[in-house]
Amino acid sequence: MKPARVLIVDDSSVMRKIVGRSLRQAGLEVQEVLEASNGSEALSVAREHTLDLILSDINMPMMDGLEFVRQLRRIEGAQNVPVVMITTEAGEAHVVQALSCGASGYIRKPFTPDQIKERVIPLLRG
Amino acid sequence: MDETIDAEQQRVQLHLAVKAASPTPRFAPRAPRQPRLVIRDGWRRDLESATCEVFEIMLGTLLTNAVEQCPQLRADFTAMVGLAGSMCGVVGLRASAESARRMAAKMLGGDEAGLNENVQDAFGEVCNMIAGSFKARIADLADGCALSVPTVISGKDYSLHSLANGERFEVAFTFEDNLFSVTLDLHS
Repeated sequence: MKPARVLIVDDSSVMRKIVGRSLRQAGLEVQEVLEASNGSEALSVAREHTLDLILSDINMPMMDGLEFVRQLRRIEGAQNVPVVMITTEAGEAHVVQALSCGASGYIRKPFTPDQIKERVIPLLRG
Repeated sequence: MDETIDAEQQRVQLHLAVKAASPTPRFAPRAPRQPRLVIRDGWRRDLESATCEVFEIMLGTLLTNAVEQCPQLRADFTAMVGLAGSMCGVVGLRASAESARRMAAKMLGGDEAGLNENVQDAFGEVCNMIAGSFKARIADLADGCALSVPTVISGKDYSLHSLANGERFEVAFTFEDNLFSVTLDLHS
């Protein structure tokens, strides 16, 4: 598996750091970690870079994670980038809504590096 | 008035009529009484469990000895996450500045670089995760209730008052020799 270029989207800079650290702890070889603090910023990053993986929060100001994924899937070259939602909203309806918007997976906060390993690494292999 | 109109419709019509007659009625008709939301058995335990889960997973700390109230707590930091939907209320987290700083340091894995700038952010996220974890433990709430983004207040001279006539409870823990508390205020 080649080193991955990852985009982490969260309005909390602390959570962005924790997610980045968890990816490394999960054994993912990271080429570069890009960050965005809301969906709108994330779309700009996605238009400018070729990404291997996106991890995104849902509840964010400006543009939330669901709208971000919807719009991301319309960007040429970004249709198949795995997007994993990492969020406190973990109800079944939220999961279904996220997947129907185009998300590839779902992780509830708080999360462990093992959960990242189980749910993120297979998406990169697939 | 049409006799087939039931009492509820009459009340609504009366209310609308009064509003139309006076935009700012001094004595508005009383709205139909809603059943008051009562804290269910187990919610306190759910809030405790949610707090313990967040601290264990995200801060690597096992919390013990929950107490019901801590009036002597000096809350330099207060984080709040709103609940809206089938439950309306606020989950709050209160701690001293030192305690909030230690929580942030734990979350960042002991990385002191930029710690001071990240204390409020980390504190808000802890509250956010506690609120999410609490909500996920209650079947009716998981899908029927949304969370707001966290708000953090800091300072030494402030007090918080809830104007809602709802239920409230508080659980407190010791974290690295400092007390902190988690509250649930229910509005409806």
